[in-house]
Amino acid sequence: MKNIITIARKEFRTYFESPIAYIFITAFLLLVNFLYLWTFFLVGQADMRSFFGFMPFVFLFLVPSITMRLWAEERKMGTLEVLLTLPVQEKEVVLGKFIASFVFLLVMLALTFNIPLLVGFLGDPDWGMIICGYLGCLLMGASYLAIGLFASALSDNQIVAFILAIAICTAMLIVGEWFFLILVPDVFVPFFNYLGLGTHFESMGRGVIDTRDLLYYISVIGVFLYLNVYTVENRNWV
Amino acid sequence: MIKIENLTKYYGPVLAVDSVSFEVSKGEVVGFLGPNAAGKTTTMRVITCYLRPTSGTVSVAGYDIHNHPVEVRRRIGYLPENCPLYPEMNVVDYLNYIAKLRQVPAAERPRRVKEMIGITGLEDVLWKDIGELSKGFRQRVGLAQSMVHDPDILIFDEPTAGLDPNQIVEIRQLIREIGREKTIILSTHILPEVSATCDRVLIINDARLVASGTTDELVSRAKGADVVTAEIRGPEEEVYQALRKADFVDEFRKIKEGPEEDGAWLTLEIESTGDIREKLFRLVVEKNWSMRELKLEKMSLEEVFAKLTTS
Ligand SMILES: Nc1ncnc2c1ncn2[C@@H]1O[C@H](COP(=O)(O)OP(=O)(O)O)[C@@H](O)[C@H]1O
Ligand SMILES: [Mg+2]
Repeated sequence: MKNIITIARKEFRTYFESPIAYIFITAFLLLVNFLYLWTFFLVGQADMRSFFGFMPFVFLFLVPSITMRLWAEERKMGTLEVLLTLPVQEKEVVLGKFIASFVFLLVMLALTFNIPLLVGFLGDPDWGMIICGYLGCLLMGASYLAIGLFASALSDNQIVAFILAIAICTAMLIVGEWFFLILVPDVFVPFFNYLGLGTHFESMGRGVIDTRDLLYYISVIGVFLYLNVYTVENRNWV
Repeated sequence: MIKIENLTKYYGPVLAVDSVSFEVSKGEVVGFLGPNAAGKTTTMRVITCYLRPTSGTVSVAGYDIHNHPVEVRRRIGYLPENCPLYPEMNVVDYLNYIAKLRQVPAAERPRRVKEMIGITGLEDVLWKDIGELSKGFRQRVGLAQSMVHDPDILIFDEPTAGLDPNQIVEIRQLIREIGREKTIILSTHILPEVSATCDRVLIINDARLVASGTTDELVSRAKGADVVTAEIRGPEEEVYQALRKADFVDEFRKIKEGPEEDGAWLTLEIESTGDIREKLFRLVVEKNWSMRELKLEKMSLEEVFAKLTTS
């Protein structure tokens, strides 16, 4: 446990060692504020539905860029050879890196606080729904993070890791979307719909917390973290 | 302390280490010598539990790498090839981070880190980012990192590669000092490094261990390690015949024939194992020939190495 925290703290600090993190956060905030305000004035409703509506797609590009560095860079630089010959277990390293990326995502989401403030100022929103939506964002974001972290361990090139992560996340997202579901036989529709990363998010964005959705996200996170540990334990790379 | 049994490692189809076995006892400084791509790094990566072997096993201080990798890692300090470090961290933060993950108790950490900084001479660059340091200082950070938990065993992969001559001398000096108390395996493809720092040498070539022993032992074990140059005057064919028959001669060749008016002096190079000058002198006296030069040259470690790795 102590090792996990030590690694998480170091990884989290590393994000802010380069100016890229600040540029990245600024760009993210500009983007979501722009997207939100645009729909806000178009629809003119004091809620955050549209915000939670586009988050799965913003995350698609945002989250893989948070995780792409975590393994790939260490593989390329060779620093993994020091890290993985310390008396730590592979699963501790995986969890440490995952937690660091999760806290970073948390910080980014927290910085969008101006949007609920604005909504609260202009109208009388359903706060339960907004909190529920943010919780959904975190769960979905954590699932994307687990996928991205796993993808990062598959390559020593950050760009390759980024593209791989987007590919896996996209695949996991679209299997549940209507434009994919109309292509599959009717019997499989509920199955694919359940598998989709976005499906479970939609209901949370509407303010409904269902244990099946929680279970779904926790399973996705668990499976990809496990695959990550497995990949690292069975490494044959330099 | 370290026991390696039939270690074999394949990278896909590439055989990197082929059933290598050896032991290192407590307090020894062992040089792991071999040309590039011989399999040195791979062997070290298996010992440090970075890679799993295809077959065979290693035990470190009684712990097996398959069953107790964390215990093995705890007892080893490792400096990988090219000394990989986090460029964005400063020296103190980095050493503290490693000390923490090495489970150095919080109360001891400042003292240990300070001690390492003293031993490796990093006082002037404490707060600099590692990415800004010269290669020599980075190597020192790597060494400090490997010793911060005061391990019994140290493994250094090409610790002087890429340094300038002065830095090489300094790092070797440092390793010699560390080696007074610790068990060390260091790899190198440079011969003088071994004679400068190691008690014992393991020579690895083409994935196999080809020789092991102290530098003196290796020099004398290599067949024809000693070369005697002698100038002898006598009937040429008779001299050759006698040398071929003599059991102390491994091989010989004529390198020069003196001018005729001098009475045909033969300059011969005679390879042997051990000093044969006296025996050769007696042979010449017994045959009633003449002799006017007799000189012994030891084969250098370079030549031994070349001999062991080309055959
Ligand atoms: N990660 C790897 N993947 C494939 N082949 C490798 C890898 N690492 C080393 N090799 C090969 O294994 C052999 C031994 O390499 P290495 O142990 O690095 O030798 P040395 O350290 O003695 O130079 C070489 O032929 C090398 O090309
Ligand atoms: Mg090497």
